[in-house]
Amino acid sequence: MRTITYAKAISEGLAQAMRRDPRIYIAGEDVGIVGGTFLATQGLLAEFGPERVRDTPITETAIAGHAVGAAAAGMRPCIEIMWMDFMGVCMDEILNQAAKMHYMFGGQIELNLVIRVPEGAGFRAAAQHSQSLEAFFTHIPGLKVAFPSTPYDAKGLLMSSLCNRNPIIFIEHFQLYGWKGEVPEEEYLVPFGKAAIRREGTDITLVSWGWMVHKALAAANQLAQEGISTEVIDLRTLKPWDQETVISSVRKTKRLVIVHEAVRMNGFGAEIAATVGEEAFDSLDAPIKRVTAPDTPIPFSPVLEDAFLPNELTIAEAMRSLL
Amino acid sequence: MELDRDLLLGLYSTMVKIRTFEMEAAELFASSLIPGFVHLYAGEEAIATGVCAHLSASDYIASTHRGHGHLIAKGGNLNRMMAELFAKRTGYCKGKGGSMHIADVSIGILGANGIVGASLPIATGAGLACKLKGEGAISVCFFGDGASNRGTFHESLNLASAWELPVVYVCENNYYAISSCQRVAMAIQDIAERATGYGIPGVSVDGNDVLAVFEAAGEAVKRARTGNGASLLVANTWRHRGHFEGEPELYRDQEEHKLWLAKDPIPRFEAQLIERGIATTEDLRAIDRNWQDEVRQAVLFAEESPDPAPDELYQDVYAE
Ligand SMILES: Cc1ncc(C[n+]2csc(CCOP(=O)(O)OP(=O)(O)O)c2C)c(N)n1
Ligand SMILES: [Mg+2]
Repeated sequence: MRTITYAKAISEGLAQAMRRDPRIYIAGEDVGIVGGTFLATQGLLAEFGPERVRDTPITETAIAGHAVGAAAAGMRPCIEIMWMDFMGVCMDEILNQAAKMHYMFGGQIELNLVIRVPEGAGFRAAAQHSQSLEAFFTHIPGLKVAFPSTPYDAKGLLMSSLCNRNPIIFIEHFQLYGWKGEVPEEEYLVPFGKAAIRREGTDITLVSWGWMVHKALAAANQLAQEGISTEVIDLRTLKPWDQETVISSVRKTKRLVIVHEAVRMNGFGAEIAATVGEEAFDSLDAPIKRVTAPDTPIPFSPVLEDAFLPNELTIAEAMRSLL
Repeated sequence: MELDRDLLLGLYSTMVKIRTFEMEAAELFASSLIPGFVHLYAGEEAIATGVCAHLSASDYIASTHRGHGHLIAKGGNLNRMMAELFAKRTGYCKGKGGSMHIADVSIGILGANGIVGASLPIATGAGLACKLKGEGAISVCFFGDGASNRGTFHESLNLASAWELPVVYVCENNYYAISSCQRVAMAIQDIAERATGYGIPGVSVDGNDVLAVFEAAGEAVKRARTGNGASLLVANTWRHRGHFEGEPELYRDQEEHKLWLAKDPIPRFEAQLIERGIATTEDLRAIDRNWQDEVRQAVLFAEESPDPAPDELYQDVYAE
């Protein structure tokens, strides 16, 4: 199969969905002429024109807010907020409008709305351009949250999002845009709530998502050389998340390590740990471990940022401590 | 302006319909039959009435916490509205929204809203949807003087003007945002001046004069329908009641309050209709009685409707 980048997988998914569904349009800062800050909308302006690929002013509140209104009036907006850290600027539109309309209006209004938003650290971009805030959105009933870690999932989850009938926070990771992987040329769907087992194993379960999946796989490789067999689960979507796959893996391995790039307190790892504690406590042979960023803002200094981020060494260390 | 009799009587009728509903809601709230918060539109009826007279079911409106008048003027069903106030399963939102969240998407009502200023981007997006669909529909945004100080106002009017969207922004200036007085909350007197900053027309009218609102809204709606973009219409008015029912209201000057009550849009329009020989007092009383009956009917409907079952809590979180 051909290989393409994560960014290209996204633009290809968008183009295919837009050809099929005239209600889909794109709006965001620099999505048109330059094809997106990370080239995830490259080529779309040329194919679909400025009515359907809309470069907006710097206006996050109106980007998210107008999309709610357009979706309520029957369109299927796919908007881009340039950086996860900027979601605070349009939080009311997400928290109180998009997430609530369907329920609050008794099911009358469906919002077919996708908010694409990149996040992640490692670029020396400091405290306002690096945060992993996915847990925020999982805390809001009415939203769904996707977070692909491969080009294949990026396209498949995006195609699923673009035919879903709910508001979706579609998180992309900065570190992954240039990653290549096998991606079918035709359309396909990756379902919500179905994790991928990236590596099968019997001694420890490692659960992660986004960029950290790749760090988890690297750590699993290291431990394999020490004779330890790790099962690596990539959640792919956080809301809903695949509890079944995680719990049955824990029942098999009896050990769980959760890895996320977000800060520790109330990160999504806490939800997974609590659920496994409730549902599979009797299967555990060791305490559940979380490998996360510490509860600090993200620093600029490369020395400090490297110390902030989890990596294969810190993950491997946490795994060894359970054996 | 020469307007035909049906239209004039229609304007009167809609205003009375709203007032009757609101005064009934006030009583029901006072007797603890309606839970939660209720913000009444009494005194401001001329605005929703004069604006919505230009709209049809395919046009959109986005409304506010003080939304009953907008919904009724846009064609909302009194039974389902009242049932929603009563938190009943037969209400517009199956009892999950209440006064601040009534919507009827089938006739373009994209909802009342509990967040001040939230209607602005929503109406803007509905305007984009109208433009992209190209079927001649438009979008109208209602919001208060208080909301006009929020960032959503700026971002929405800027986007709508940059993208030439068919949106009419209707600012209902009742001079107060709870206790915050418009004259203190901003350094300009005429909110319509703000339109200049977006390169769109901005007009202020007497919001207690239904014909003045009707005429000014007609211009703005025509502009939107003919592809000439957005406008700002400011209608100056006064709420007859407290900010919400039961609010002690310690901040408005009683003399000013009395002056405004004397400018009540309904008796004012009634006097015009009679003076111009459009209708007799009996004609108008017949209209009044009709709405009293309809509202009483709505209350009966609401009272007799079932509460939601407890497990409906879990329904409609997601569309499946
Ligand atoms: C964002 C937000 N801030 C504050 C409130 C509380 N609040 C509800 S209504 C209101 C006043 C709104 O004033 P205005 O926009 O003039 O509308 P009016 O009540 O006068 O019709 C306030 C402050 C809110 N609901 N939302
Ligand atoms: Mg006000």
